Amino acid sequence: MNIRAQVSMMFHLDKCIGCHTCSVACKNIWTDRQGTEYMWWNNVETKPGTGYPTKWEDQDKYKGGWKKDEEKEKIELRSTNKVKGIANLFHQPHLPTIDDYYEPWTYKYSDLFDAPAGDDQPTAKPISLITGDDIDIKAGPNWDDDLGGSPIYASNDPNLGAISEKDRETLFEIDRLVFFYLPRICNHCANPSCVASCPSGAIYKRGEDGIVLVNQNVCRGWRFCVTACPYKKVYYNWKSGKSEKCILCYPRLETGQPPACFHSCVGRIRYLGMLLYDADRIEEIASCDESELVEKQRELILDPFDPKVIAQAEKDGIHASVIESAQKSPVYKFVKEWKLALPLHPEFRTLPMLFYVPPLLPVLGRVENGTYESNSDTFFTSLEQARVPVEYLAKMFSAGNQEIIKDTYRKLISVRLSKRLEEVGDLDEVKVEEAIATAGLTKETCDAIFRLTSLPTLEDRFVIPPSHREYAISMLEDTQQHKGEVGVGFSEKPERGL
Amino acid sequence: MTSNEFMFSVFPYVTIIIALVVTPIRYFVKRFSYSSLSSQFLENKQLFWGSVPWHYGIILILGGHLLGLIIPQSVLAWNGVPWRLYVLEGTGLSLAFLTIFGLIMLMVRRAVQPRIRAVTSVMDVVILLALFVQVFAGIWTAIFYRWGSSWYAAAAAPYLWSIFSFNPNISLVENLPLMVKIHIIDAFFLVSLLPFSRLVHFLSLPLQYIWRSPQVVVWNQSVGAVTNSQIKG
Repeated sequence: MNIRAQVSMMFHLDKCIGCHTCSVACKNIWTDRQGTEYMWWNNVETKPGTGYPTKWEDQDKYKGGWKKDEEKEKIELRSTNKVKGIANLFHQPHLPTIDDYYEPWTYKYSDLFDAPAGDDQPTAKPISLITGDDIDIKAGPNWDDDLGGSPIYASNDPNLGAISEKDRETLFEIDRLVFFYLPRICNHCANPSCVASCPSGAIYKRGEDGIVLVNQNVCRGWRFCVTACPYKKVYYNWKSGKSEKCILCYPRLETGQPPACFHSCVGRIRYLGMLLYDADRIEEIASCDESELVEKQRELILDPFDPKVIAQAEKDGIHASVIESAQKSPVYKFVKEWKLALPLHPEFRTLPMLFYVPPLLPVLGRVENGTYESNSDTFFTSLEQARVPVEYLAKMFSAGNQEIIKDTYRKLISVRLSKRLEEVGDLDEVKVEEAIATAGLTKETCDAIFRLTSLPTLEDRFVIPPSHREYAISMLEDTQQHKGEVGVGFSEKPERGL
Repeated sequence: MTSNEFMFSVFPYVTIIIALVVTPIRYFVKRFSYSSLSSQFLENKQLFWGSVPWHYGIILILGGHLLGLIIPQSVLAWNGVPWRLYVLEGTGLSLAFLTIFGLIMLMVRRAVQPRIRAVTSVMDVVILLALFVQVFAGIWTAIFYRWGSSWYAAAAAPYLWSIFSFNPNISLVENLPLMVKIHIIDAFFLVSLLPFSRLVHFLSLPLQYIWRSPQVVVWNQSVGAVTNSQIKG
């Protein structure tokens, strides 16, 4: 056993209102420079939809992630290997281009002031942020927000392949229309394919907290990471000639603040906390059968209360305060204890460390025979009446294993039934208790889930582990001396080479 | 000092010194600037027809030049039999055509694609032109002054060795045709451009990828360096 700590994330999709505040917070801090305008380290997609970059989930097109060689029982990168990595240096066959994302633009506002007097109002023409030329805007990063242009966008969602033609039709029936939001950042995977693909070895996982970073001074712009990341969360800066990605706001984490997208989240859907996992089992677990991926990944995560785990963790250099932080982690509760949060597209086999509680189906009833039906029987949509087909969610969150989605939903529904019984009391108590028992929960667990879902404070949602930078600094110099030196940093500007 | 003396016994040292001094300085002072500066992300299709023939062509051609420099006697011995000479010259010339085809495609792409023009620096234009002159002069030499591989081994290789041994022997090159002289001078010019242009990316050929493990983990502090008893105490 080789225990490592991982700052992990959980997004509760039922709470996401699709406001894009997270995206804007991130963009204002990290990607407002030339060359990064098109990058959204944090983006929010409407599902069903094609997302950003367009159809990123379609690995026949993008060749991201790992695939299992069934004969050798081993996983390999879908896009590259040691030989191809060198041979394809000069032109990568599967690299997405900026048109797969969108060409960034602004408006020529000076036209509003400089236009000669005339009969018409002057307009600010859109111009490309790359060439400065006039641009005919064709797409943007959230062009299909709220199902905008569904016949073109939503119906091309790669996940819809998992459901039947009939279900697909009903999904877009206007009376039953349903969608949900999917906020995405880098998953800071335990088995990152971007790291494995980098010829320069510039991408690495931090030992202390598992954050995946690109060393900008080592990156030589070979771009393999862009292709290899199945979530398309490594971006090529066309101006600086380097790859960039979400850094989980590590400068904020190291000073005890949650990442900007977490902190600014209006719906408070985001949770952050430490997980301990066994790094020796990464390869074994990433190579298991597709249907087992979710269960096995849960197995990878260790119980921070187990004395054996604690002893080994201390031996592996994990600080006692970090173990304590892992014991309080809300992510641990949602992922491991309650088994409510699931990894996005586990079939990419990168063992993503960002987990999602799938959206419970809409609470509202629906129009039937011209009247709006909502009685307490159907008020909490049951699994059988799921408006988003279970197959579709299974394609996204459990590599097609529908049982995992059903288990999760039984729990989510019984939490709601339990609270409904308590607060309103219009449900049959026996039936509710039966539902809770079938879901494998108890009344107490239901309450705990409810509290951490609906009433968490900032400290409940973000259990930020201490970074102990002082120990890293003390290896290099006296911490008191360092204190007087902070603020004197690197003087090299991140400028494009000649 | 005659112009021949300057161009063939002084200029090479100037260029080599510039390259040897400035390249490490750039590496240690402005390491961020080391990049392939790929523009494939902005334009994908034309790049294939330029970048792939160019890189594979020039790598093999430069490899041939290096071979002639290291084992000139063996090259001469190989060329002693006519069909072997034709094979060598034919291969070289085909690769040179592949190279110049790629280079022209790259120049055209840079000229006609607005997005690529947006990321083109003056130095990019300078090196494209210098490289074009270099490959063109090489092809000219191969076609009109036969047989290049033999006299490269017999005259140019000893000249280069005389440079490397700090005893430049310009008599080996001063009477060569103009195009050959251009080929030699432009080669040294390109050496001097190395640290000032994107050419530095060839120094980052990532061969270590072949033997490194797939995952890279970096610790801020070494594992076990700080024990919990230290922290509690």
